[in-house]
Parts: sequence; C-alpha cells; structure tokens
Amino acid sequence: MASLNIAGVQKPAAKGHGGAHVKHHKNTSALPVVRMPIPASVTIPLSQHIGAPNEAQVKVGDEVKVGQVIGSTDAFVSAPVHATVSGTVKAIKPVKIVNGNMVNAVVIESDGEMALSEDVKPPVIESKQDFLNAVRASGLVGLGGAGFPTHVKLAFKEDAGVDTLIINAAECEPYITVDHREMLDRPEDILNGVKAAVKWLGFQNAYIGIEDNKPDAFQSLLDTMEANEEFKDLVKLICLPSSYPQGAEKVLIYSATGRKVPPGKLPSDVGCVVMNVQSASFLGRYLKTGKPLVSRSLTVDGGAVADPKNVRAPLGTMYSEIVEYCGGFKEEPYKVLAGGPMMGIATPDINVPLLKNNNAITCLAKSAVKVKPTRSCIRCGRCVDSCPMCLEPTLIEKKAHLKDVDGLNKASVMNCMECGSCAFACPSGRPLVQYMRLGKAIVREAGAKK
Amino acid sequence: MIDMKKLTVSASPHQKSADTTTGIMLDVIIALAPAGIAAVLVFGLRALAVILVSVASCVLAEFLSRKAMKKENTISDLSAVVTGLLLAYNLPSNLPFWEVVLGAVIAIVVIKQMFGGIGQNFINPALGARVILMSAFPSRMSAGAFAGLNKSGWDVDALTGATPMGLVGLDGVKEGAPTLSELFFGNVSGCMGEVSAAALLIGGIYLMVRRVISPILPVTYIATVAIFCTFAQGFDMYAVAYELLGGGLFLGAIFMATDYTTSPITKKGKLIAGIFCGVVTCVIRLWGSLPEGVSFSIILMNVFVPYFEDWTAPTPFGMIKEKKAKKSKEKEEAKA
Repeated sequence: MASLNIAGVQKPAAKGHGGAHVKHHKNTSALPVVRMPIPASVTIPLSQHIGAPNEAQVKVGDEVKVGQVIGSTDAFVSAPVHATVSGTVKAIKPVKIVNGNMVNAVVIESDGEMALSEDVKPPVIESKQDFLNAVRASGLVGLGGAGFPTHVKLAFKEDAGVDTLIINAAECEPYITVDHREMLDRPEDILNGVKAAVKWLGFQNAYIGIEDNKPDAFQSLLDTMEANEEFKDLVKLICLPSSYPQGAEKVLIYSATGRKVPPGKLPSDVGCVVMNVQSASFLGRYLKTGKPLVSRSLTVDGGAVADPKNVRAPLGTMYSEIVEYCGGFKEEPYKVLAGGPMMGIATPDINVPLLKNNNAITCLAKSAVKVKPTRSCIRCGRCVDSCPMCLEPTLIEKKAHLKDVDGLNKASVMNCMECGSCAFACPSGRPLVQYMRLGKAIVREAGAKK
Repeated sequence: MIDMKKLTVSASPHQKSADTTTGIMLDVIIALAPAGIAAVLVFGLRALAVILVSVASCVLAEFLSRKAMKKENTISDLSAVVTGLLLAYNLPSNLPFWEVVLGAVIAIVVIKQMFGGIGQNFINPALGARVILMSAFPSRMSAGAFAGLNKSGWDVDALTGATPMGLVGLDGVKEGAPTLSELFFGNVSGCMGEVSAAALLIGGIYLMVRRVISPILPVTYIATVAIFCTFAQGFDMYAVAYELLGGGLFLGAIFMATDYTTSPITKKGKLIAGIFCGVVTCVIRLWGSLPEGVSFSIILMNVFVPYFEDWTAPTPFGMIKEKKAKKSKEKEEAKA
C-alpha cells in the first residue's frame, strides 16, 4: 500500500530488513468491542507472566469484590492480581493455563453483582515514585502479548538517558483488531495515558506507531488531539508499513527513531520505552478511576468461530465460554491459539482461563491452515531474506542439529525473537522457529554448565 | 461440543506462505520451456527426443536410487525434472541416447543422491554431468549439430560443426561465424539450450518476476563478462556482443549459476559469485584452450560457495562489527 498522506503523520525514520507478507485477515476491525455477560465463575491464575508468582491473599469461602487484591508478592518483578468479579472464593488450586503449565489459581463464583471494592479509588500521585507505585498496584502488564510487568519497564534510572516513549499500535498479527478498536473508540484514554507517562517520567519524545492499513485510527487520534488543548503536540503519529513483524519491539524502535537495540540489550539502552496501545489506554483510565486490571479486550476470530467479535471479558473467564459467546465453532477447529497465528501459543485445551496478556483467541479452521510437507532445505535463502534480525535461520538450524555451541553463538541465535518470518517463508516447510528455540536452549545449557 | 482430543498443538507460526519446493521447481520448468521450444524448432525432433530421454532417465534414476537407499522418495518435488531439462540443454542434439542416459545417472546418482539428495550436492548436478561427459566423449560433446541442415535428422553422424565460441577469440570474430541476430534468436549450432538468448531471457525474466531467483547473480555475471571482454577485445563491441550471446552464458547465468543449492545464500555472496563466474569465464574463453568456460566457471564457483557465504555473513541487527567498534572507540578516545 502506498504510504498514507495525512497531515500531521510522520514517515518512519528507518526501514527494517526482511519480514513476511502475511495476509491481514482484519475481519473484525469494524466491530466495536462488546462486553461479555458476567460468567458464573472465573479462574484467576496467581502467576500470569514473567516474574515471581503471587501468593494468595484470600481464603476459600471469602467474599470478594471487583478490584480487590487476591494475589500479591513483595518481589519487584511482579504485578498483583485482582478479583475480576464479585462473589465467593470457591477454591484455590492448580489449574492448566494456555501454555500447558499448571499454576495456582483462585476460583471465584460470581454473585452477578459486580460490586466494586472499597479499595478502588483514583490514585493520588505527587511524584515519580507515586506514579510507579500506582502502575504496580494497577496490576498492569504488557497487554500486547509479552505480559512484562509495566512498572518494571518504567522504572529506569534517571541518568540512563531514556528520552523516548513509543506506543506500539502496529498490530501486525493477522486477525487481531482490538488495538485498532482501542484507537477508534477510546483515543482520549490512550492520550491521557501517554500524557501521564510523559509528565511523570520526563520523556522528551512520544510516538504512536501505527501501520498504514488503519487510516481511520490516525484520523481518530488526530481529531482528538485537535479537539483538546491538553493533547496538543503531545505525541507524533508514525505511519508504519503494514508488514509483519512491524510491532516487534526492536523493529518498532528502529522504524520510529532509527535506533538499533544491540543484541542482548534492552530498549532503555537506546533511550526508548515501548508500551502497547492498550496498556497506555488502560493507564489513562486507571489514573482517573482507580479500577485495576480486571478485564481486557480481545479479538475472537480465525475462521472457525461462527460469529467473530471483539470482546471485553473479565480476566479468568474460560476460553470455552468466550468462544461460546461468539456463537461457538462453525466448523471443527484445527488449532486454538492464544494470540495471533504468527506468534500465538497453540493450546491443547479450551478450558483454560483468559490471562492479562491474551490479546486474541484465534481458532483456525482446518481449511485455513496450510500444512506443508517437511522437506530438505534447498538453500533458497528465503529465511535469510525474511529475518528482521538479519540472521541466517538455515545456518542456525544446522548448528542446532550439531549442538555446536560456538557456531550457534557466532550465528547470534540469542538475537532471534521467534517472530516466525523464516518458518512462514520456508518452501520446504521446515519448523525453523523450533530449531531457533532448540539452539537457544543449547546455548543456555552450555552457559549454565560453565 | 467439539472433541478436544483433536486440537493440534505445534510451534508457531501457524500460518505459512504459499511457496513450496514443488511450486518453485514448477516455475523453473515453466521458465525453461521457451528455450526447449527454441531447441526443437532449431534442431528438430531429435532435440525433443534428447529432452524426453534426459528427463525420464533423471526421474527414474532419482526414484531407483532413493528406493535402493531405503529413503523417502523425492521425485514429487520435481527437482529431478529440472535437472533432466538442464542436462538436456547442455548436450548437443545429436548425442547418442545411451550417453544422455549415462549423463542423467551421473547427475542424479553420483552428484546429487550420493551427497545426500536435494539441497546437499556441492556442485550443480547437470553441469557436473556435462563436464564428465565432455571429458569422456570430447569430440561428440563439443561439436553441436549444425542448425537448419538436419532438421529431420535422426542421423547421429550428420553434419556437425564447432560451437560459435570456437570462432571468436582475442583476435575478434572469425569469418563464417553466424550473425548476431542469429545468435539472439537461435539459429546456430551448439548445445540445445543455449541456442536462443531471447528464449532464455524470457525464462529468466519470468523467474525474477515470480521472485524465484534474485537478479543479482545473473546480472553481475553477464555484466562482468561484458565489461571484461570490452577491455580484452579492445572495445570491439561486435566481438563483445558475440561473447555475450554465443555460447552458454545466458543459460549458465540465468539457470545454472542461480541454482539454490550451489550458489551463495546471501546477497553479497551472490554478487561476489557473479563477478567470480564472469572473470573465470572470460579467462577460460580468451586465454584457455577450451572454446567455452561457462560450465567450469560455475562449478568452480560452486566449490567456493561456503567461503563466499562465510565472508558475507549478514551482521545481526544492532550488532556492531569489532573493527567498527574499535574505530569508534578510538575516535571517542581521541576526542577525550
């Protein structure tokens, strides 16, 4: 698509390497997010992402209200979890989550009231530390998929030279449209979130990176900035090419600022912090209302769902209930994914709870999944041409086979972000992402032995 | 409710591109078709017979050798068909059939399957077979059937003559050589596939448009030959055009040197390989005792591929090369 010509929208600072020409399938972009009916019970895992697991703060039989803390810990890299419905704690037991792991979870039977906890009140913020404490208390983690606790990401040192906030609204995964809807339906929340982050953390630049296949999202944000004096010159919108994986952190930073995050380094090492657009929007709402992260929007699509929708559901709702709300399956699903088809996790079971970082449930029909026979590598070089990290996946595959630690390190296997562009492009249907993971595991194991 | 036992669990990504090995090979076969048609028009039905024998024996050789090795059969990927076509295009149309079959067996069994099958051979199978046939049967292999004279000709000993590349040397183009337009449109003697530069070019453009091959290697190869010959021939542009259009340059540059398995995987590697092939081709043609140097230059390039790739390995995103890092450090220190 030719780049958009909207006044006030910037062109990207740099063009990344490779990527995959993935079909967008943005079928649900015209459907506003609908709130799902309150489920009879929710199952809230105490550990939902990277970081220390929370300890339960409630007992079986306790009455809980929406927004009440039910799990927390003193560890820094963590975020508390809150009750997402009001009702009675029925059980605290290990449950299976989407990646197949068993984690402890609080099961709450809903009383249908959705009564708000007395603890829910807008946070009072007078300093940077207050702000970071509030972000932690909100339970916010990266809502785009990674699920890294946001307050940890924002707690960079003042002398670290971090000057740029980038809001990730690329939404490069096929099918998913909730970020797009957030920009159309809640532009003020997004800008409020950005404004607070800029105010308390002292960013000099703020960008929102959006792919060029969402022209109405640019317009929505521009109109809101135009209409409100307080949002004038707050952020710059960047029109990104709609190519996968534009929303990958390192790729986005490069596109927005021209800065390259070196291997093994973090965005803050090049002065940037990246936040998902839904995280920013949640932050904007939280600072106003004080209501912690108890529900989230997600896209339910993928071809096998009868009535694809953008749904807002309480965290801990079972996938099976969310799918049922979307009309159930119209044909037998081949795979059910947490996330999009490029990086999503295939779940063995749809009786798993919705987590903070699940931005989509993608139910792929058999007819939509192309299964290529796995053949020998013909060295066509498509994986090399498509790698946004400029690696040679076919070489890494060979080194992984040989368990050649030096070779894997030389080939920079740890730099792979598992975006799947190589495996997407491979004409021989080789499971390259699996080999990348194998290669990383071999390197880690060798490192642990030393 | 659906049967949960039927959900598939696998590593991401869950979507794949439409490209397949078979599809790529089919594209190459389509791209080779114009040159095949040109060969049949120029050399007659004997050419068609050589093509069919070559393809059939390559496929059969692949089938039998996989069977003998008790390995999964790979004839459905169509790579044996491509090898068969390329081998036929590298032979004169009046070669005895048993020699064609021998070439196919060398290409598929010795060069391809004995090294591990598709993707594993270190030189181009068709070119390897051609070179071995050329050493074994030099007189028959280097003499192309004269075009136009024996169109009906099933007679192997009919009139034969040297390839046009014997008629051009450092002293320019000799008398009796075909005209440039004959070279371009294909009314000359020589190997079957190399007679029409136009037909090869159509196939090459098709492959580039379909993004099966990158233009880097063929363009640098042909450009290197053009530039090298311009100087070597003392700006005799007629002789330069002759060097470009006669012989196997287009066939080699477009279809043989770009073979995935035996050419560099990196862009810079492709560039180096193109220049390398161009220089070696010209040196053999102009100063060597052989009239043609395309096959040997490509085989020599094939052998160097691991080095070209190692030298041109891409720099991982965000990685600063050691030399550069040193330089910038020195600069900073100098500033301080």
